[in-house]
Amino acid sequence: MAKLSKDDVLKLARLSKLELTDLQLEKFTKELEAIVGYVEQLQEVDVTGLEPTSQVNGLTNVMRPDEVRQYQTPEELLKNAPDAESGHIKTKRIIV
Amino acid sequence: MPQMPRAGILKLSGSLSNFMAVWKPITELAADVRSGSASARELVQRALDAIEKKQEYQAIITTTKQRALERAEHIDAMAAAGKDPGQLAGVPFIAKDNFLVFGAEMTAASNMLRGFVPPYQSTAIEKLEAAGAICVAKANLDAFAHGSSTENSDFFTTLNPYDKTRVPGGSSGGSATAVALEMAPFALGTDTGSSVRLPAAFCGVVGLKPTYGLVSRSGVVAMASSLDVIGPLAKTVDDAAIVLEVMAGRDDLDGTTIERDKLPYTDLSASVKGCKIGILKEYMDEHLDAGVRGQIDKAIASLRQEGAEIVEVSVPTLTLSLAVYYILCPAEVSSNLSRYDGQRYPFSDGSATDLDTSYTRSRSNGFGDEAKRRIMIGTHVLSSGYYDAYYEKAQLVRTKIINEFNKAFERVDFLIGAVSPTPPFKIGEKSQDPLEMYLADLFMTGSNLAGNASISVPVGMSEGLPVGMQILAPQGKDRDLLGISKAVEGLVAS
Repeated sequence: MAKLSKDDVLKLARLSKLELTDLQLEKFTKELEAIVGYVEQLQEVDVTGLEPTSQVNGLTNVMRPDEVRQYQTPEELLKNAPDAESGHIKTKRIIV
Repeated sequence: MPQMPRAGILKLSGSLSNFMAVWKPITELAADVRSGSASARELVQRALDAIEKKQEYQAIITTTKQRALERAEHIDAMAAAGKDPGQLAGVPFIAKDNFLVFGAEMTAASNMLRGFVPPYQSTAIEKLEAAGAICVAKANLDAFAHGSSTENSDFFTTLNPYDKTRVPGGSSGGSATAVALEMAPFALGTDTGSSVRLPAAFCGVVGLKPTYGLVSRSGVVAMASSLDVIGPLAKTVDDAAIVLEVMAGRDDLDGTTIERDKLPYTDLSASVKGCKIGILKEYMDEHLDAGVRGQIDKAIASLRQEGAEIVEVSVPTLTLSLAVYYILCPAEVSSNLSRYDGQRYPFSDGSATDLDTSYTRSRSNGFGDEAKRRIMIGTHVLSSGYYDAYYEKAQLVRTKIINEFNKAFERVDFLIGAVSPTPPFKIGEKSQDPLEMYLADLFMTGSNLAGNASISVPVGMSEGLPVGMQILAPQGKDRDLLGISKAVEGLVAS
């Protein structure tokens, strides 16, 4: 498996919507490389005939009645958003 | 109120009982409130006083004082009117600050969520309140529960109750320190890879990680959803058990929840006669600290003497569980943390004029280093070129671990091993090396990967620091796990 380069980490940061300073890039590249190096040991494990696990207690397709429940008012819910207008969350402009 | 005993005294006495005095057993506290021989108000005030007095340990982010006192008044009024306020009437508790609780902001110890006002409450909190319990404070944690020491908290580091130069373990370190210092009879934590059991071990309290899905996670900040569970921290197994009793069971708001045991989790049989216990080779390996091993060996010897059948058991792939965990956990973290984008939650970088820049700047300035690391690792292992090699491979090895656990549990009722390979480490000792910090969880992530039940029970002291023993049981055997834990607790005390 390829080592992680600074370019790889920059790309990961971009995909993650994170901006790194040069110092951070240096630091994270080293740290991420160590972590990825550690998990590399899985490559040798024989997993022939096994199915991947994503859910451990066996539940599938858990349903409940699709009923409206009243929680807080929209106004109260919007209080946590940095900006709101006319009952909606207001974001920065999308098209620049 | 008893003063903190000095480490030297503890070492000499070799007993944990020095810390047990302020709170009666939870069932007695509640009975007192129901009968009117104690008031919820005085219990809440006692908790608030203890929190204030032990501020220097930095276990608490914020109290919910006003609401707690109002609820106490309400519960006292109920008791006075002859109505039953519930199984936990008036019992104060502390919630890790990743639970939504009315009466205080919920920060997850992160700058990202500073100022977040809970619009609803966690199901766990709702159930505890319905039983009469009263949340008095929110405890410190590693930000977003990412860590093993509370040093990743964006606010401050909690100190170990037995040695202020050491960590309390994490991520539920504030909860564990709070219980050890008797700020409240119990606290809530979350455990994704160690986060209830490790701090419980480091602070000398009981910490239960129930079966995956036994307690609803609705209203708790999601970390890694295929691994996250909620668990109680308390001074005794009985106290932890009654908290589980109230919280356990199906919840429409969390589709992963399972049916609870038909029998109560309280009323435990503490007999180990005829019990088959496997010493888990991988959790007692050669790297284990000698002092930790000594205390665990002593507990095992008592179990044998009491009539338990002890055998050695191996779950060989557990040696890879941490590697599996550090693929699956960051993968899920990267997904769960994508919602923090500067638009919906309080933190937002004001300097951006367009949406994309606002996302990036808000996340870059709002997240701490550990969240960033996990997001980037998660993004890496999920990216198209690496998905099969990392993410899917980890899911396959997870299956292998589960199969091996199942095989082991065909032979024995319980597995026993260490919680942590070392005693509580020094503040700063591992914080500059993320991989070193991850390795603190070496013996604990396996239980999360398999979703089985596990617990840390205090078994003694080594050089003035508490030692926890881990006991694991198959999924759904939480009641049996509490039973044997109670037996261990009795044996260690005698």
